[in-house]
Amino acid sequence: MTTTRRTALKGLAGAFALGAGGVHWDVAQAQPAAVKRGGTLNFAISAEAPHYDPHASDTYATLHLAAPFYSTLLRFNLAKFPAVEGDLVQSWTVAPDLMTYTFKLLPDVKFHSGDTLTSADVKATYDRLRNPPQGVVSTRKATFSDIGTIETPDPLTVVFKMKAVNAAMLEHFASPWNTIYAAKDLATDPASPRTKINGTGPFTFVEHVKGSHVAGKKNDNYFKKGLPYLDGWKGIFTLQAAAMLNAVQGGQVLGEFRGISPAERDRLVQTMGDKIRIEESSWTLNLLVCFNVDKKPFDDVRVRKALLLAIDRWGGSTGLSRISTLRSVGGVVRPGSPFATPEAELVKLPGFSKNIAASRAEAKKLLADAGHPNLKFTLWNRNLAMPYTPAGIFLVDQWRQIGVEVEHKQSDTGAYLATMNAGNHDVAIDFSNLFMDDTSLGLAKYLSVSRAPENRSRSKDEQLDKLFDDHMRERDPEKRKALIRAFEKRLFEQAYQQPLLWWHRIVPTHKVLMGWQMSPSHNLGAQLEGVWLNA
Amino acid sequence: MLRYTVNRVLLMIPTLLGVAVLVFFLLRIVPGDVVEIKLRGDGGNVSQETIEMERKRLGLDKPFVSQFGDWMIGMAKLDLGKSMWTERPVVEEIAVRLELSLQVALMATLIAVLLAVPMGTMAALFRDTWIDYVVRIVTIGGLSIPSFWFGMLIMLTLLAFFNWLPPITFTPIYVDPIANLTQLIWPAMAVGYRYCAVVARMIRSSLLEVLNEDYIRTARAKGVYEKLVISRHALRNALLPAITVIGLEFTFLIGGLVVTEQVFNLNGIGQLFVQSISRNDFTLIQGMVMLIAAFYVFVNLLIDLLYAVFDPRIRYDT
Repeated sequence: MTTTRRTALKGLAGAFALGAGGVHWDVAQAQPAAVKRGGTLNFAISAEAPHYDPHASDTYATLHLAAPFYSTLLRFNLAKFPAVEGDLVQSWTVAPDLMTYTFKLLPDVKFHSGDTLTSADVKATYDRLRNPPQGVVSTRKATFSDIGTIETPDPLTVVFKMKAVNAAMLEHFASPWNTIYAAKDLATDPASPRTKINGTGPFTFVEHVKGSHVAGKKNDNYFKKGLPYLDGWKGIFTLQAAAMLNAVQGGQVLGEFRGISPAERDRLVQTMGDKIRIEESSWTLNLLVCFNVDKKPFDDVRVRKALLLAIDRWGGSTGLSRISTLRSVGGVVRPGSPFATPEAELVKLPGFSKNIAASRAEAKKLLADAGHPNLKFTLWNRNLAMPYTPAGIFLVDQWRQIGVEVEHKQSDTGAYLATMNAGNHDVAIDFSNLFMDDTSLGLAKYLSVSRAPENRSRSKDEQLDKLFDDHMRERDPEKRKALIRAFEKRLFEQAYQQPLLWWHRIVPTHKVLMGWQMSPSHNLGAQLEGVWLNA
Repeated sequence: MLRYTVNRVLLMIPTLLGVAVLVFFLLRIVPGDVVEIKLRGDGGNVSQETIEMERKRLGLDKPFVSQFGDWMIGMAKLDLGKSMWTERPVVEEIAVRLELSLQVALMATLIAVLLAVPMGTMAALFRDTWIDYVVRIVTIGGLSIPSFWFGMLIMLTLLAFFNWLPPITFTPIYVDPIANLTQLIWPAMAVGYRYCAVVARMIRSSLLEVLNEDYIRTARAKGVYEKLVISRHALRNALLPAITVIGLEFTFLIGGLVVTEQVFNLNGIGQLFVQSISRNDFTLIQGMVMLIAAFYVFVNLLIDLLYAVFDPRIRYDT
């Protein structure tokens, strides 16, 4: 079996390269010498997805349940993240003007139903993603709105012609949510993937006992010969952290692939010693401090800025990282990723200074100038213990230090979202959940509310919108980076919303579990094709 | 008796209707809806148009009265509708969990009754002796220790001393009785301990009261064997309040074991209840409230009918 892979956007240079780079990929070469086949992997999933359709979902719970059954055109190479590699395709080309993407599919790929995958299936899938029919939800409709037409000149070739340049298009093709469905299934019932699974992935569906577990077994016709290694897997829903930890400790599950807190990690290490493996990474998630600019006094930039200046992120990072999943200080891009703002530049932006005494003095002055020296407001937060509660308590304390009195209100996700969407909040702790670092995703949340309903600050800023659009079309990586910096500077100076801290991912696995790859996103690497048990 | 039973069954209808009206309209006051949580709960970049389309598809755009009417018509046909979260029939969602919850409730009741009746009786008969003191200490312990905490102690003890935990997924008793009991005996014990304490204390105090009644003194004066006095005259009457407690506790266990289910990772009704509330899954919440209300009404009827069995003075036909 051969396929090709290439780096796409380590910089944008890769995107211009024509033709498949041609790295020969062979399972026999790739697998470790001592790999053992067989066995069933039990792992914990700490949430249960409402359906099986990743097109209509943004929760990892859907992917941890469904990804092993499906394939995507491209996928992220976790060993070289954020490089992408082929999954269903053997090669691809990108036109120099980034307006045409041509994919050559692997031959003889079979759906679990026995039908052969063709370009028509890819077209039907992407048509569903970008233009879902009545009764079908695609949460990626906006992402693929730049696609003009999809052509299928032959059964193994798919050509995407763009309406406009999207510099991150290749990454979007590698998104784990774009699972390929059979055109025949979609023609019969476009909503069928919600309840029925028919993919080309390494495992076939066995059962889903609601509230209990989901199970898959090895796909003997998987197109990557020699894979998967496991005979099967069972994802067990453990909705409470305590139950999940007990299950890991007791060996009932061999891992939990989303992430645990430092205290949970410490308990496992203490009780399990060398039987447990802990892998850690920065995470493509952050919590945001978000001011409702439609409400007084948060329509005043001085008040917003004062509140950001009062937050000691660097000190908070040290303290919060001991008790919660919050850790890294960063701007709008994940710290450590290619487009992230270096610390030397970050400390010059409002809210990131290491001289917290000076920042707080400035904050008090700004509040006094704005006529709100004794400000009082309500901080809306989600009632999830990790990491929302510690983040809320931290913020209340930070603002208390400049004389601001804050009432901390935590509520269920439904009420929390309803409050923010209705604009009834003063200040809220919002969140950003990404699967990759590319700014086409990460910056979208800060656009004017008319373009981005998930912008809970409800800000309208044409300058930010223009900077975003320009960066989306910019092909030169350095110029793109400059546009991102300008965007970030404008956003923080206007202080509509700002990342509080970025999350830190900690994944526990038993040492007998091999071949699972850590990444900065819990949405990636859920296919399990390379996982095996050394038992 | 038959007439009484029929009357009580007919009275269930307005009771359940009242519950239906209350739960339906109270839920609509709660802010937020299931579509927001489903599509934006994890940070999804979803347009308002998509949200509105999904609301329409689920019928959430209709006036409340119309939604209530649809639900009532469905109920009349024994159709509880579909979960707004999973879009699977509510009956299916509940059924898969009810089996487990019912079994835990039954096992806990069995444990509680088997322990509580002898404990409560002995404590009353040997009042202020070491037996009474031991029973009182054990039962006060049961009342003081929350079931979920006792459950956590059980789990941690099994883990720390035996490096073993019960199975994490449910196997029906008719498929594998050993696996089933191995999993469910522990939560049944955790819950049964508290349950047993409540019932034992009730039996003790009730029996102490009954033992001072004139008819007991009369029976003893007539020379009736002490064992017969206790079992036939005293205990039978003393059990009446205990039956009420047992019935109500049993009904509570069907949907009220939220935290205990979480500790043991049980896929029961309690967890489903909490999940559906946090997701604003109105149809599922409504279905479960109706189920639990029906259980309460039915068990209350059963308790009243049992009164007649235990107390010959109670005759519902007169």
